[in-house]
Amino acid sequence: MIFRFGPPLLIAVLLLPVLAGLTATLLPAFGYWPALGGTHFTLDPWRALLALPSLRRSIGVSLFVGFVTTVFSLGAVTVLLAAFMGTRLFALVKRLLSPLLSVPYVALAFGLAFVIAPSGLIFRLLSPWATGLERPPDLLIINDPYGLSLACGLVLKEIPFLFLMMLAALPQVDAVRAFTSARTLGYRRVAAFAKVVMPRLYPQLRLPVLAVLAYGLSVVDAALVLGPNTPPTLAVAVLRLAEDPDLALHFEASAAAVLQLAVVLWAIGLWLVLERLAGFAWRQWVIGGGRFFCEAAISVMAPLLALAIAALVALAFASLLLWSVAANWRFPEIWPQAFTFDIWRRELAVALPIVLRTLLLGTGVAGAALMITILCLENETRRGIAPGLAFNLIYIPLLVPQIAFLTGAASLMIALKLDGNGFGVGLVHLVFVLPYVFMSLSAAWRDYDPRYRATALLLGASPWRALWAVRLPMLTRAILIAGALGFAISVSQYLATLLVGGGRVATVTTEAVGLAAGADRRVVGVFALIQATLPFLGFAVSLILPALLFRHRRALRET
Amino acid sequence: MKPHLKLLPFFLGFLAFAAVAGGRAQEASPDLKNWPAILEKGRGQTVYWYAWGGSQALNDYIAWAGEEMRSRYGVSVVEVKLTDTAEAVTRVLAEKSAGRNEGGAVDLVWINGPNFASMKENHLLFGPFAEDLPNFRYVDAATNPSLRSDFTIPTEGFEAPWSLAQIVFYGDGAALSPHPGSALSLLDWAKAHPGRFVYPNPSNFLGATFLKQVLIELTPDAARLQQPADDLDFDKVTAPLFAYLDALRPHLWRQGRAYPLNSAALRTLMADGEIDLALSFNPAEASSAIARGELPMSVRSFVFDKGTIGNASFLAIPYNAAHKEGALLLCDFLLSPEAQAKKQNPAGYGGLTVLSMRKLSAVDRARFEALPRGVATLSTEELGPVLPEPHPSWMTRIVTAWQRRYEGQ
Repeated sequence: MIFRFGPPLLIAVLLLPVLAGLTATLLPAFGYWPALGGTHFTLDPWRALLALPSLRRSIGVSLFVGFVTTVFSLGAVTVLLAAFMGTRLFALVKRLLSPLLSVPYVALAFGLAFVIAPSGLIFRLLSPWATGLERPPDLLIINDPYGLSLACGLVLKEIPFLFLMMLAALPQVDAVRAFTSARTLGYRRVAAFAKVVMPRLYPQLRLPVLAVLAYGLSVVDAALVLGPNTPPTLAVAVLRLAEDPDLALHFEASAAAVLQLAVVLWAIGLWLVLERLAGFAWRQWVIGGGRFFCEAAISVMAPLLALAIAALVALAFASLLLWSVAANWRFPEIWPQAFTFDIWRRELAVALPIVLRTLLLGTGVAGAALMITILCLENETRRGIAPGLAFNLIYIPLLVPQIAFLTGAASLMIALKLDGNGFGVGLVHLVFVLPYVFMSLSAAWRDYDPRYRATALLLGASPWRALWAVRLPMLTRAILIAGALGFAISVSQYLATLLVGGGRVATVTTEAVGLAAGADRRVVGVFALIQATLPFLGFAVSLILPALLFRHRRALRET
Repeated sequence: MKPHLKLLPFFLGFLAFAAVAGGRAQEASPDLKNWPAILEKGRGQTVYWYAWGGSQALNDYIAWAGEEMRSRYGVSVVEVKLTDTAEAVTRVLAEKSAGRNEGGAVDLVWINGPNFASMKENHLLFGPFAEDLPNFRYVDAATNPSLRSDFTIPTEGFEAPWSLAQIVFYGDGAALSPHPGSALSLLDWAKAHPGRFVYPNPSNFLGATFLKQVLIELTPDAARLQQPADDLDFDKVTAPLFAYLDALRPHLWRQGRAYPLNSAALRTLMADGEIDLALSFNPAEASSAIARGELPMSVRSFVFDKGTIGNASFLAIPYNAAHKEGALLLCDFLLSPEAQAKKQNPAGYGGLTVLSMRKLSAVDRARFEALPRGVATLSTEELGPVLPEPHPSWMTRIVTAWQRRYEGQ
């Protein structure tokens, strides 16, 4: 019964690094770090941290970005779903949004910066004929002090995440039937969705929403590109402290990392309280019995919203692509004056080993995550147990700020001699990859008709054979998609790769963010595109392979 | 299920063994008096060189040095590109915390200033080695004291000088006719051309150096800056600096509400036409950017009349480096006249050499004389007087004071 080891293995892989890392952060926060001469506990790091003049603004802007991102992405997804559920456009919206999930934050952040900056594509398209500008306007758009451009970049990425999470939750709450009943009772589309589907759907969505909130509060890589820098968000301030040459500041950095954790926990608490209040108001509104809710406005707004998202992303990638082949492109030209493939030629030679390493790492991590997930799910199936609450633990790595435990986890990996090589980095990637793979595959697994397995067993197959010869082949597509998602998450890891790899395990993401320091847009364009292409490859495989394998099995091709 | 459980103690034992094993092989420190032994031991090693990776020209140079090292000494060089050199310091520190006193990840760091001060103070460096390198004989440290003192901290052989840098400004159009000749005339220029100048965020060394440049020019007694900063007179010494910055701030790009993060981001603003005036620590920056097609042909460099800050950057080997011999060979190669001349070529990175022309043979001197000079590069005479770096404590403290003043509101 190897499957019994699945759940403990899952919990160990997810929680050990987090807990050990948090401990290794907590001790220096209270002055204990023997290598730096800290041998007794003290509150000095906290005093020094709280005396930091920019601290309040850093916390403020982090909270603002976190809440704005969460509210906007949740709102947008609700509007999209309310307007399109059950229509023919729904499949189109799904197809437009799904690929976005695999786009790394950093690539999108760079692309967005190229579009909305004062010297970016939007102003170029409007200048000089509409704006009269011959030079970029002196406007603070990127790195704005309120983090609005950062929030915008995050919202673009979180909408597809929440949208797909909602799609996965719809069947569990029997949404279509509830929606149809409400419609027959005379509720218009938006009112029906908001009053009947949403109250059932939201509890399923709570953890993903909190993950969005926590991520917005603690994101580092995208904040380095789009976020404010005078002062930066709290997470970036932690990184700056942790990387300060004055090693005495490292105690302060640990204290700041603990503070980051506290801010996230506080924000989650606040969200849960607000959620209650909103739930109460919602209930009053639902029993009010109104059949309409902004029907016309939303039916106009939703397609515009979907179009705006698609357009912004398309522009972002167009400008990455244009910059990567631009020899010379000065404001306000819409089109580069000259093109060159020199940058691609030169960078591809440099990038090839890095791309191979990223591929290998991502495939290995995704494979390991799939194995653990299948062990857990098959364990559920064999023992006939319902999915336990314990599985909510898989959200912990998504809720605890990376910066709060990764520095500690990195020290731990060094102590175990697992640092600076692909294996150690892979282990830490697994912490972030496993939750997504598990979420993705468990939905399909639990939807799988149990009668297939029962039939196999009745026909004399062993449980192994029922798994190996019946269930896994039938779930090939779902497994490949979960694997592709895991691969995409592994590719996009920045902090984990940087801190545990010790700089030696370069992936396309560390390389891209590292180049951001160099800021040659053409090189950034090349690497952001490479970074964004790799996850697409994963998803392409997950679509093409089943089509080839099952070319004679139509039902398996179209699940 | 029983057989699987039996494997568990074995597995745990293996983990424990793996954790303990690696570090036991005691490595002797290389004997610097015995260079042939270093040559022999270094062969086949892979040197991990941690360097700021933001300059494509420098990355290309490091790749060239790697190829030369492989063919000459059988040493492979891997550049670990950093966004900030402090990452390497943190790395060595993390290893020390974890008790990894041998076999560390970092073999060589490109370093200077506070990063060096911090590593030296915390005993994270191998050495002294610098003056035992065979090619150190071409360095004239007696006449150029900045090669033995890094931001006033004595290097004591714990790092080898590698490259010289000096603040230069570069500008286009309105910034050139005539160009500002001092910090005060820069302020006047900024008032006349609002939003067309900015310096990098002082958390970056170039931004911090701009503050030091202004401080040296405006403080009543510049000699005071060679001594450590002190609470007693910090406010008095720096008052003119902050009065200046207060006056400058509303006329900066984005009214001083955001600052580019480093020299490359600053150069990009210039390339986009968002500003007309920028600065760099690399005298060849403007020329090489013009050569790459990033900046327009009309950009030119200039310095202030009374001089600008200059310093040396160095190469250091961490105390726990796994491949010290290879790192020593690489250091020595990088100090060779051939490698130094290649580095100074403005068509590439353009960092000034640390070698003394007087100490070179005629053949080697010719390598330097043959170097082309880019359209926007100043000659050594035009670069003018070099102002010395203040004690590192000033940098740390004015940066903190800057953050308190402009980020805390």
